[in-house]
Amino acid sequence: MNALIFCEKNGSDSAGFKRSSLELLSQAQRLGLKATAVCVGSDSKKLSEEASQYGAEKLVLLPTESFGHYNPELFLQAFDELVKRTSATALLASSSSLGRDLFPRLAARLKSPILTDAIGLVGAGSAWQVKRAIYSGKAYLTSALEGPQCKIVLMRPNQLEVSTPTAVKAIPVETVTPPSSSGLMTSILEVVQGASKKLDLTEANVIVSGGRGLKDAANFAMLNDLAEVLGGTVGASRAVVDAGWVSHSMQVGQTGKTVAPSLYFAVGISGAIQHLAGMSGSKVIVAINNDANAPIFQKATYGIVGDLFTLVPQLTAEFKKALNK
Amino acid sequence: MKIFVCIKQVPDTETKIKVDASGKAMDPAGVKWILNPYDEYAVEEAIKTRDANPGSQVIVLTVGPKTRAGEALRTALAMGADEGILVDAPDQLELLFVAEAAAAAIKKAGPADLIFTGKLAIDDGAGCVPQMVAEFLGIPHATVVSKFQLTPEGAQIERDVEGGTKEIVKLKLPALIAATKGLNMPRYASLPGIMKAKKKVLQEMTLTDLGVTAQSLTPTIKFELPPDKPPAMLLSGDPAEQVRALVSKLRDEAKVL
Repeated sequence: MNALIFCEKNGSDSAGFKRSSLELLSQAQRLGLKATAVCVGSDSKKLSEEASQYGAEKLVLLPTESFGHYNPELFLQAFDELVKRTSATALLASSSSLGRDLFPRLAARLKSPILTDAIGLVGAGSAWQVKRAIYSGKAYLTSALEGPQCKIVLMRPNQLEVSTPTAVKAIPVETVTPPSSSGLMTSILEVVQGASKKLDLTEANVIVSGGRGLKDAANFAMLNDLAEVLGGTVGASRAVVDAGWVSHSMQVGQTGKTVAPSLYFAVGISGAIQHLAGMSGSKVIVAINNDANAPIFQKATYGIVGDLFTLVPQLTAEFKKALNK
Repeated sequence: MKIFVCIKQVPDTETKIKVDASGKAMDPAGVKWILNPYDEYAVEEAIKTRDANPGSQVIVLTVGPKTRAGEALRTALAMGADEGILVDAPDQLELLFVAEAAAAAIKKAGPADLIFTGKLAIDDGAGCVPQMVAEFLGIPHATVVSKFQLTPEGAQIERDVEGGTKEIVKLKLPALIAATKGLNMPRYASLPGIMKAKKKVLQEMTLTDLGVTAQSLTPTIKFELPPDKPPAMLLSGDPAEQVRALVSKLRDEAKVL
């Protein structure tokens, strides 16, 4: 099966592919796909070398000067042509902001089956089984993808194993000629960068989240310290977002972000269903709350009933020691 | 302006999910249905836009089982939308055909100058239908929209992407805007609004009327509830002991450090 694997980078070309993209390339290998990595970039050597180490047989570059800013129409046209030209029967991408915007539209154009925010992907030949969390994580649905058109699956980050990279191989690189930009109905005027340099919550492997128990916006500084030591990202419950303590981009939950870290700290968070909806996919959950009856303790792996103002700084110090920081 | 809003009726967030007799879907018995939370932002923005542009109207439409989906339309009408369209369709209709039906209904009742939707429905969490509707209509779209304004050339929006970054995008009209939280503060339906809604026009259509023949492209293999997990292991002792115990458990037992 010819497959297109849309890969995203950690920033510049030299920063390499995101971990979520390495997961996709690795999975493509495991599924026995003939994988073509597709990404926005200009440095064909760096990107093709990395792609080759995870099994890609070819790299297609969407030149940064035309594709550096996401324009749905340009990307749609480029992928429409690419799928047809490569006779791709499968397309894998991360369920990122760009992926979630673009690929459903591509699916409508191609009349393809598409499943987004997938947490599991297994396959035997062309028969794939894709698992998703539905009803805010309260149920799991496993589906097949049928029909003659190119199957499209968008994977949630942190769900698949990354293979050990092999030696670099020389693989062919093709640079896409950008479609005409005249007649476009959409244009990006400006990109306003967010303040955080950390991994987005949806990709983070460690998250430290705070809720109303923190009592004041200023107390988030304590969580920043803990996250810093663990290399994590700070999140928040809806209550503190609505109170204006932190921006909405930090909200974890049903009307916020769905996260899948290996380690999730819920500090001063009671554990409302709507919050659980966003973080129940975390591998290990640690709850710190002074209310022994808080619902979060039903869902957490480990819990400490106590005063977070004493516990969090002590935790930070203890982790520093344990991790030699 | 003719402003359309695509909405969905979804199970209330507190719903306890049970498996139905087929074992392949949720048991709908006893479920409380609500207007999809993200669609509230869409309805609100449509009403605000209408009110700022006299002579405009807001038409809300939904694709779903007519035995229950009309209630979500009445909620939107009670908020202040002018008319409703209910395309009768089975629950769990393949999303591609939900979009095809919505687009066909909009074409029939249109032409649309603007379409608002929520960015995703909280039951399936797919986030596909808005973009698909835009594709069927051949119009530009923007998703995860947290700011919207009309301009002389069309519309200007802000969309939220990773890391708190915002993209400022301009689109020509007609366009489809998929709303996220923060776009506005949705109004509550007032009692007079609820009373007025009962008299507003609610048109019914069928998939056959719209020329839509559905197929299943993503058939269900398995539907299951998450395994029951035991409650948290509570760590005891004084804070210093609890902290030490936690760190060693994370390192040696859970192995996440």
